[in-house]
Amino acid sequence: MTSFNKSNLLHFGVLAGLVILFFILPTYHVGVLSRVMVMAIYAMGFNLLFGYTGLLSLGHAMFFAAGMYGFGLAIKFGGFPVPAAFVVGVLSAALLALVVGLLALRTAGVAFMIVTLMFAQTAYLVVLYFGKYTRGDEGFILQQAERSLFGLDVTTETGRYFTAFTLFAVCFIALAKLVQTPFGKRLVAIRENEERARMLGYDAGRYKLYALVISGAVSGLAGVSYALLFGYVGATFSTVQYSIFPLLWVLLGGAGTTIGPFIGVLFMFYLIDISSGYTNAYMLIAGVVLVLLTVFAPKGIAGTLKARVFPWMP
Amino acid sequence: MEFGPHLMLASLEGAVISAILVLTAMGLSIVFGVMRVVNVAHGEFFMLGAVLAWYITTLLGGHPALGFGVALIVAPLLVGCLAAFADRVILKRINYDPDRTIVATIGMLYIIQQTTLMTFGPEARPVEAPFNHRLSLPWFEFGENGFAMTWPWGLSTTSYKLFVIGAAVVVLIALWVFLTRTKIGLIMRATQQDSETAQAFGVPVGQVYSWVFGLGAGLAALGAVLVVPIQQAHYLMGHDPLLLAFIVVIIGGLGSLPGTVIAALLIGMSDGIISVFFSPTLAKIIATFLVAMVLVFRPQGLLGKTAP
Amino acid sequence: MDAMNILETKGLTKIYGGLKANTDIDFKLARGKVTALIGPNGAGKSTFVGMVSGRTAATRGRVFFEGEDISHLPAHSRIQLGLAYTFQITSVFRGLSVYENVELAAGRTLADRPSLLKAKVNSVLERVGISDRADQIAGDLSYGHQRILEIAMGLAQDPKLFILDEPTQGLAETEVDEFVALIRSLAGETTILLIEHNMKVVMATADFITVLDHGMVLAEGSPEEIHKNAAVQSAYLGTNVDA
Repeated sequence: MTSFNKSNLLHFGVLAGLVILFFILPTYHVGVLSRVMVMAIYAMGFNLLFGYTGLLSLGHAMFFAAGMYGFGLAIKFGGFPVPAAFVVGVLSAALLALVVGLLALRTAGVAFMIVTLMFAQTAYLVVLYFGKYTRGDEGFILQQAERSLFGLDVTTETGRYFTAFTLFAVCFIALAKLVQTPFGKRLVAIRENEERARMLGYDAGRYKLYALVISGAVSGLAGVSYALLFGYVGATFSTVQYSIFPLLWVLLGGAGTTIGPFIGVLFMFYLIDISSGYTNAYMLIAGVVLVLLTVFAPKGIAGTLKARVFPWMP
Repeated sequence: MEFGPHLMLASLEGAVISAILVLTAMGLSIVFGVMRVVNVAHGEFFMLGAVLAWYITTLLGGHPALGFGVALIVAPLLVGCLAAFADRVILKRINYDPDRTIVATIGMLYIIQQTTLMTFGPEARPVEAPFNHRLSLPWFEFGENGFAMTWPWGLSTTSYKLFVIGAAVVVLIALWVFLTRTKIGLIMRATQQDSETAQAFGVPVGQVYSWVFGLGAGLAALGAVLVVPIQQAHYLMGHDPLLLAFIVVIIGGLGSLPGTVIAALLIGMSDGIISVFFSPTLAKIIATFLVAMVLVFRPQGLLGKTAP
Repeated sequence: MDAMNILETKGLTKIYGGLKANTDIDFKLARGKVTALIGPNGAGKSTFVGMVSGRTAATRGRVFFEGEDISHLPAHSRIQLGLAYTFQITSVFRGLSVYENVELAAGRTLADRPSLLKAKVNSVLERVGISDRADQIAGDLSYGHQRILEIAMGLAQDPKLFILDEPTQGLAETEVDEFVALIRSLAGETTILLIEHNMKVVMATADFITVLDHGMVLAEGSPEEIHKNAAVQSAYLGTNVDA
């Protein structure tokens, strides 16, 4: 079997597995999985920029929040129907990513990390400053009636699970295809050796900007999905912590692999879920995992599997 | 209170903020300058210094000056040793690779912060100042009766705040002497200039790095011990100093020590003054955004040299 | 501009912090020929090709490629016009396979025609003799093979002008011979600008030679003319011909 067929099989196997799990898992875990799939969209968006293009942003929470608030505020104050608000949310994130990209991509390396961190911090403070509309840290709730998508009730366990599943599946397959296109391969080339890519005639700056905009839009879509499915919009999602999470997930699962982000989110969710039963200092686990990963397994779970066992893995 | 006295009060507050900030930012700047390491856990070393100060003063009891004096020496030393240990165990292993170092220090941030939460709890802990006399300040103006000295109500500071400013100046001078007049200081600066050449000349760069990382963390802890009688110790208190120190180091030019001092004064004073007169959130928004723009358009810092 | 010349520079100058690395270089490159750029260490050869390819910004002066002024184009646009560049210090995509490396090089123009792309990559790998290593990770190749891969990446772009910066540096004697044969086989197919220390290689491949010294053109001419030129002799004296 060719590696192309194997990777297709892997991708559809994961999706089929998620459908089956819905019918065999207890309700509690179905709820967790819905959340995991939404956050996996976020992680996949981050992965396109970090894992494939080699750009480490420490401010992705601003894109997640742009999607979330773009969607939430369009419903709350614009009176938009859900599908239109959905588009508004994703476009807000993409536009923000475009502006941030035009500025931040003038820098590289450590400066890029700090600049994105600073922009995200600015965005967080802006959310707090306009507390009259955003309700700041407290956030606001989107009522069940405000969240009907084409007549579908996304507040039931089933509706929520399969909406999350559909959004996840679309992003998962689309991004897996994208990184196999010439465009995706050029992003990898830039990650591997930007100067070389430029001296092969590729406009590295433009490719990085495209990657950032797509990455921001997908992260924003995750924010929209969260607001849609869980009915909550709040400033917590624009804090530094939510910029660190996707980095943690992607590193844990395996940067630059299609399946890594999902694995990372799944592991981390259950790790925190279990540990928060014992202590309120559950972020300690996140810290320990980050340090252990950087020192011992910089390729993450999927990356290590790919290097040691399944070289065909996408 | 009138504008003049109000401004003077704000400037005094700004000077106290500057004093703490200059120590914290110096630590960050030295670590970046010598090791090229962006230490995201720097704020947690600050926090640890404050919490240790509380622990030591509570443990010793007695006159507040006793515990405070001990804390002033012991807390920075302990934090410095911990940082040097972390450098050996973590950063050295990943060869100071820039990306991985940032991720590792983010991990360290959570480990330190959350361990503190588990052991010290979520409460804010006060530390009593060793001395705290209220000092009323005079104001001079030309009134109808010519030059007059008045004592406006509310225009006052405390002896402790003046001590903080003085202490920061003393530490800065000591640091300057250490870096320019002692052998280990010279070795650190040689490593900063060119670590490969330094290594070729037999400088144990690995050990120097551990020392520098410890020194940087120790400076943050020292700043925290000084601040803790004014601001209580809390496990989340590292966030703001980290951000401010970042801002200072960027404005001052990454790794430039004189630039760091000037920028700390600038930022500390304006933070003190702005937050007295304006909405603190708006001031923070503008400051954060402007700093990002400085990094985008003048990566060598506002005060750095223009040469590439 | 002379239609015979694919590349011309006029008054090309680079000043690094007050030091002149290149001074007013007027240079003409004949189409379809192999031209070698030689000169002692520090003569400014790499700076010169850096300014031609766009990697280094010129302090002043102009670069014309096929009669067009390309002085203000960024590097990637110059490459798109048909200029290929191999690095002095090997610079391949170390984490990718040999095949993927060449595919990226050829893919700029052929990416939307997969069958043509595949044929191109395979023929280039065949030509330089590393098709048996197509699936190896580039970073795992020996140094000599990495240099060959670097040249393959240049060839895969079907360049009108191929700039090779010290291609034989660090190669073994037999590998150098293979390289000379490869350059000879390319003669007539494309224009080659070769920066080279090894005089044996230069004499065996070049149609024309330009000598740089202290950032200025010292002499130009056929290999025979250069060989007899007294100024060149003295420039190399004491700097040890590096051959």
